[in-house]
Amino acid sequence: MTPPSLPTEIEGWFSTRGWDIHPHQRDMLARSTDPCTLLIAPTGGGKTMAGFLPTLAELSDGTHDGLHTLYVSPLKALAADIKRNLRTPVDEMGLPIRIEDRTGDTSQTVKKRQRADPPHILLTTPESLALLTSYEDAPRIFRGLKRVIVDEIHALADSKRGDQLFLALARLQTLCPDLRRVGLSATVDRPADVASLLARHPDPCAIVTADPGPAPDIAMLQTDETPPWSGGGAAYAIPAVLEHVKQHKTTLIFHNTRAQAEIFFHNLWLANDESLPIGIHHGSLDRQQRERVEAAMVRGDLRAIVCTGSLDLGIDWGDVDLVIQVGAPKNVKRLVQRIGRANHRYNAPSKALLVPANRWEVVECVNALQAVREGDLDGDPRPRGPQDVLCQHILLAAAAAPFSADDLFAEMTSAGAYADLTRAEFDACLEFCATGGYAFRTYDRWQRLQKRGDLWHLRDPRAAARIRMNAGTIQDSDKLKVRLKRNRGGKPLGEVEESFAATLSQGDTFLIGGQIVRYEGLREMTVEVSRNAAKKPRVAVFSGTKFATSTQLSQRTLRFLQHPSWPELPDHTADWLRLQRDVSRLPEPNRLLVETFPRDGRENMVVYGFAGRNAQQTLGLLLTKRMEDRDLAPMGFVATDYATLIWGLDEIANPEALFDLNALRDGLDGWLAGNALMKRTFRGAATIAGLIERNTPGQRKSGRQATFSSDILYDTLLKYDPEHLLMQVTRTEALSGLVDFARIEDMLARIEGRIDHVRAPHVTPLAAPLFLEVGKVPVQSGSAEERLLAEETDALMRDSGLQNVKG
Amino acid sequence: MNGIDFSVAGAGLTALGSGALWWAEQRLLVVSDLHLGKTERILRRGGPSLPPYETRDTLIRLENDLNATNAATVICLGDSFDDAEAARTLPEADRLWINRLQAGRRWVWIEGNHDPGPIDLAGTHLVELPLSPLTFRHIAESGKSGEISGHYHPKVRVQTRLRSITRPAFLIDSDRVIMPAYGTYTGGLRSSEDVLNTLMRPEATAILTGQTPRMMPMPR
Repeated sequence: MTPPSLPTEIEGWFSTRGWDIHPHQRDMLARSTDPCTLLIAPTGGGKTMAGFLPTLAELSDGTHDGLHTLYVSPLKALAADIKRNLRTPVDEMGLPIRIEDRTGDTSQTVKKRQRADPPHILLTTPESLALLTSYEDAPRIFRGLKRVIVDEIHALADSKRGDQLFLALARLQTLCPDLRRVGLSATVDRPADVASLLARHPDPCAIVTADPGPAPDIAMLQTDETPPWSGGGAAYAIPAVLEHVKQHKTTLIFHNTRAQAEIFFHNLWLANDESLPIGIHHGSLDRQQRERVEAAMVRGDLRAIVCTGSLDLGIDWGDVDLVIQVGAPKNVKRLVQRIGRANHRYNAPSKALLVPANRWEVVECVNALQAVREGDLDGDPRPRGPQDVLCQHILLAAAAAPFSADDLFAEMTSAGAYADLTRAEFDACLEFCATGGYAFRTYDRWQRLQKRGDLWHLRDPRAAARIRMNAGTIQDSDKLKVRLKRNRGGKPLGEVEESFAATLSQGDTFLIGGQIVRYEGLREMTVEVSRNAAKKPRVAVFSGTKFATSTQLSQRTLRFLQHPSWPELPDHTADWLRLQRDVSRLPEPNRLLVETFPRDGRENMVVYGFAGRNAQQTLGLLLTKRMEDRDLAPMGFVATDYATLIWGLDEIANPEALFDLNALRDGLDGWLAGNALMKRTFRGAATIAGLIERNTPGQRKSGRQATFSSDILYDTLLKYDPEHLLMQVTRTEALSGLVDFARIEDMLARIEGRIDHVRAPHVTPLAAPLFLEVGKVPVQSGSAEERLLAEETDALMRDSGLQNVKG
Repeated sequence: MNGIDFSVAGAGLTALGSGALWWAEQRLLVVSDLHLGKTERILRRGGPSLPPYETRDTLIRLENDLNATNAATVICLGDSFDDAEAARTLPEADRLWINRLQAGRRWVWIEGNHDPGPIDLAGTHLVELPLSPLTFRHIAESGKSGEISGHYHPKVRVQTRLRSITRPAFLIDSDRVIMPAYGTYTGGLRSSEDVLNTLMRPEATAILTGQTPRMMPMPR
């Protein structure tokens, strides 16, 4: 395999700079005619150039007409960034290449022009690409397309955005049969899986691996203060973190949630005596604010940025020489990808520090560090491509042109994620798109898709616009904009979740974008606030995603607990574990430790399941339900990544009896069906599948209305049509997602009934921090809501004096 | 019966947890904004096909209320159908079901903005119905007394000590009642909206629907 010789302009550009073309860049050139190639390279390894070099070579003679290469990235910002970074070398090489981006931020005029006259290289996102394929003129837009480059494919591979993208690629392949695919990825646990998603099934896909560079220099932050027993703020570490910021040029300080980032940023500023320029960046901030921080960072004006996953991906933010991860990383793969954000010079090690937020996280951080050193990345096998995305894709296909079911089925099963889709599953989705797929058939004359001859058509061609308006798989949980209150619309600050806004009353203070603001009121679905000089805000609880600790990391930690001693741990943490071993026992792999003990007049039970936060939460719901059925009077529970604490009135003498898998599963089917988590999962699936429209011609539905109607739809289906396609999708998804019952099943299968019950005279060392956890869930018997309402409305009638006025 | 008694313009009324209003003295049951056929209308206009069970669910609840009260007169207070076409294309089974419910009682369809003009179903079709001391009409008119109306179908949010609860609700003062929607897929307008604030007297109360109806000061 000899690489095709590069055009002289390109070779010349490299040599005048004294740069060598990296071996993996040569490799990608050599494979440029392959149908599919996946490149795995660290950040800063010239990954993007490796992806684009064949394109530049093919376009250098200026003869290509129309679109040649489509570049898809998970972030709008990344598409814009690549446009800048590609434009410069292309201009310097003097190549006649038009490069444009197309995202949600692109103006309608430009979008229209791009459809009529596409550039040579179009940089876009999965959502914009899906829309492009849905236009009647898609065959003309994509005529001549030769290559598609999927950047940061690891970030897409695990999500519905990826499923949508891979279906769109299948579509493109039908339009352009000799399309070649290239994926660019950071280090992943299963490269072959990513490759099979990228390739047209069953095409092979070669994997090119770049030199990973030197191993990262990664350690746990040493502090004089000991970490607290619980909580996620890591305020104790602020002085030590500031010290490191001073010693480095630019530091990224990652947090697991937005709320934690806000609080940490606030505390950092209070301690920032030298007024070091420090910024904050997360997905809930207003776009302008984020852009300002990004620009300041590129200029090198900032010494540190407190951020969340919004800075995870490979945008070139300048010279970062230290990454700090606050809070246990939960997931080793993500940690490695974050560490890769430091140091874009290819041959220097990235430097990173872990900051455990509490005592338990010290244990987890030590284990995560070992996993990183051993290259032991975690990842769960990918679930099958979900049917809600399939439904949306069928509707988008119908918007583009009438289609034959056989052809569309063949096309979809050529997408790796859907390779094992059965015809019956496909037909169920098609039926859903056409008629709604209800057990009770009605209104067939109005069905959305109609079959005429061999082809399926949209009944009403105007529906195409509606379908496009509602395309996409990203679920913004209902967010409200936050603005400063002014006469004529004050400055936008960002967004908070509607559920958070609903808890605010006038005068409450909270943190957003690092400043404390006072809630003034809600106007036209906008939260109005004023600046406030209060020292201590009410906590900003807008959530961001709470990740559960991965199975691999949990298991590693369990094995670690079996060591006779723990020289890797600071004394304060090792002593804690030793004390637990003396007083009770330590949790073991393949066994389940259950402790019971009295405290404060209540009986407590702690279940050390190590199944991750979501599963431990579900376990709490299911166990308290089982206890209620047995009159064991549970009163509430709280869950962490490793344990669930349940309290109630009665001692649990025989916990083994509670852990019957079949009984737990029954609880899941019956009682959990009415749970809010199921409704939330349903809302996502129903929105993606096109049952709930976020946008209707004319006006944007407010989040509130959408919330209301999706719950009613869920209740109605549960009552009259529980086996409906979307109910099946909801159950499947909830079991591995928010409800995560799959990990409870795994855990029970692992322990095979080996339950160690310790009856302790008082709270045990390992259980103690659980009492300090926030997020306690009171157990609600069926009448709880009625009782709460009675209590509150009676008080209101009495206090207002209206009791005596009525009638 | 599961309801809260109150009086408007001297008429003794009961707000039921289901969202229906019961006038015992007249053995008269009022329901408002059934919006039957909503899924059909959405579908016809190119929208998604929602689960087509709302008519069934609404009629089951109405049937339960009729069995419990044995009403002599039923008033559907407007927007009984999502539009005239939805009324026309109501599936035969639902049509027969409504006929069955109508048997042996007086049935009045008040016109609403969604279903103006007569519909092809048995019963009396009226713009409004005066029945001293009350008047039944779809949309409230300011300055009237003894008025029972629907249209806005209010909902009320209560912040309890553990969580906020939103329920469809009756709004009541000495002049009028504004009824919640009875239809399964019909949403509501927050009681704090200006139009409701203007219509209702300052001392107005709200009765929240649900398993047990609850009275409270109308949240503004």
